[in-house]
Amino acid sequence: MRTRALSALLAGLLFGCGLALSGMVNPAKVLGFLDIGGDWDPSLAGVMAAAIPVTALMYRLAVRRGRTLLGGALPGPATGGVDTRLLAGAAIFGLGWGLAGLCPGPAIADLALQPGVLLFVVAMAIGMRVADRWLPRKS
Amino acid sequence: MLSGILHALAGGVLIGLAAGVFFLINGRILGISGLAAGLLGWRSGQRLENGLFFLGLLAGAALVAGPGMPLALVSSGRLVVAGLLVGVGVRLANGCTSGHAVCGLARGGRRSIAATAVFMAVAMAVVAVGRVL
Repeated sequence: MRTRALSALLAGLLFGCGLALSGMVNPAKVLGFLDIGGDWDPSLAGVMAAAIPVTALMYRLAVRRGRTLLGGALPGPATGGVDTRLLAGAAIFGLGWGLAGLCPGPAIADLALQPGVLLFVVAMAIGMRVADRWLPRKS
Repeated sequence: MLSGILHALAGGVLIGLAAGVFFLINGRILGISGLAAGLLGWRSGQRLENGLFFLGLLAGAALVAGPGMPLALVSSGRLVVAGLLVGVGVRLANGCTSGHAVCGLARGGRRSIAATAVFMAVAMAVVAVGRVL
């Protein structure tokens, strides 16, 4: 229990440092990355280029063990199919991301750096609540 | 430009380590939108873990960037509209940039590949349209 809690804190710390170090916390930089037809700043592609192999390697280690380091269960493989809900959600998310240059992680991290982002974070929480309440996933 | 790429790569390694630690020790996929939904409490979830994760996130960002770092935001109206869209979208898509574009792609999930392609393309299109208008 205590190890899990400390591990969550450590993961957050690493994630926050990574977002700040990479420049993902800066909406202007993110908008520059998305501006492929204009004054394109491709540097943020490096975030995915580095994060994905590191994640994949550590996932593989865990999957090979079959259990977490604490002996807990691992999530099953990603086997779900693509559906309209997923595609519509991704498109709506993309609209918002392109309008402000903020996705959820950097927006929350920015609460520590730029208080003005609170407006976005509150709106995002309301949007999440609306989707969960009125557009629940069919189980 | 080179320094930008090196910073992005170093940041990406830290983000990958974060996702790896959360999977190896906690047995969970590091998706910010899912963690936030869990923390806000209308989904059952590990509240304490999620809370500590976000505490670390804020501390890490403050540690590296330092509070008061000048970050230009879009107008208030645009922030609100964008926030609402992002909130609705990530719950429908069951994930955002972290859950789909990092963890999902690292697992080779078909849903994550599709979601990442769509939200990147749409976000790029929005910026392109905004440039013309």
